[in-house]
Amino acid sequence: MLLSKLREALICLKAGRVTLPYPSAPHDPSPRFRGKITVDPDRCFGCGGCANVCPAGVILIHDTDQHTRVLEFQWRRCTYCGRCEEVCPEQAIHMSQQFETATDRPEDLVIRLEVFMGPCQRCGRCFPPPTPLDRMMVSGFRSGGNGGRQ
Amino acid sequence: MLKRLCAKAFPKALWVYHANTGACNGCDIEVIDVLTPYYDAERFGIRLVGSPRHADVVLVSGPVTRQVASALHRLLDAVPEPKLVVAVGSCACGGGAWFDSYGVLGGADQVIPVDYYVPGCPPRPEAILYGIALALGLVSKQVVCERLSQESLEELAQGVSRYGGVSDG
Repeated sequence: MLLSKLREALICLKAGRVTLPYPSAPHDPSPRFRGKITVDPDRCFGCGGCANVCPAGVILIHDTDQHTRVLEFQWRRCTYCGRCEEVCPEQAIHMSQQFETATDRPEDLVIRLEVFMGPCQRCGRCFPPPTPLDRMMVSGFRSGGNGGRQ
Repeated sequence: MLKRLCAKAFPKALWVYHANTGACNGCDIEVIDVLTPYYDAERFGIRLVGSPRHADVVLVSGPVTRQVASALHRLLDAVPEPKLVVAVGSCACGGGAWFDSYGVLGGADQVIPVDYYVPGCPPRPEAILYGIALALGLVSKQVVCERLSQESLEELAQGVSRYGGVSDG
């Protein structure tokens, strides 16, 4: 009886320290972990496919004028499902490994992205210009002009 | 200011009352994980208590349902001052996938003032530990509001001229 108790005590001593030294030492999650979303502004062309599939309605899209489309990622309610990363045709959205996202201000949990668009000549709505050259054409850019503007 | 207030008001230990306001139990399981010896929140003095009258911190998980909102108000009135409210999980932070549903009020901050937000669905136990450490002033905040925009037209022109050049025709 006493011996078995002593053996248990020895087992406890052998186990050593099990606690994760987390806030003092950095911690890497597993490679398949999906954390905070990151957006590459130069890849996104504002198609809005991510907003279509987002189950939590994180991504709000509105056109401020005929040349600018604003994508607002209110990821405080993101469920980290990764659908936006799957459907993005340009791989502009990426689920990073960052999990240290606690904050005291809810305004920190917003990503605001402004995408440059061209207006349709017939209906006036925004559409993504296919090439960088087209982007400059719709905004009246001339390479040798005065200040680059028409 | 909040950090200094915390250091003054909570010099030793934070006793936590955990309020489930309609969560799916995912966040609750992660909160229990944090209290196990592997993550060991007790080294920061975190302890779960059974009554809000003993608590310093109220941990809210779940989008606040219509039914539980009045109970949450009464619960918060029972907590002695000074008190902290921590929203754990995407649901408590902003309503989660139910943010515009008729049955929920869309997050803890729609009902009561929230001091700290720990997003995640559910948040990793490390993320909750990070939130605790942030509240205790041990670590600094890592997220800020991001304002991104595409490259300006001038940079775009340089890029195009690098790839063959544009000339006025």
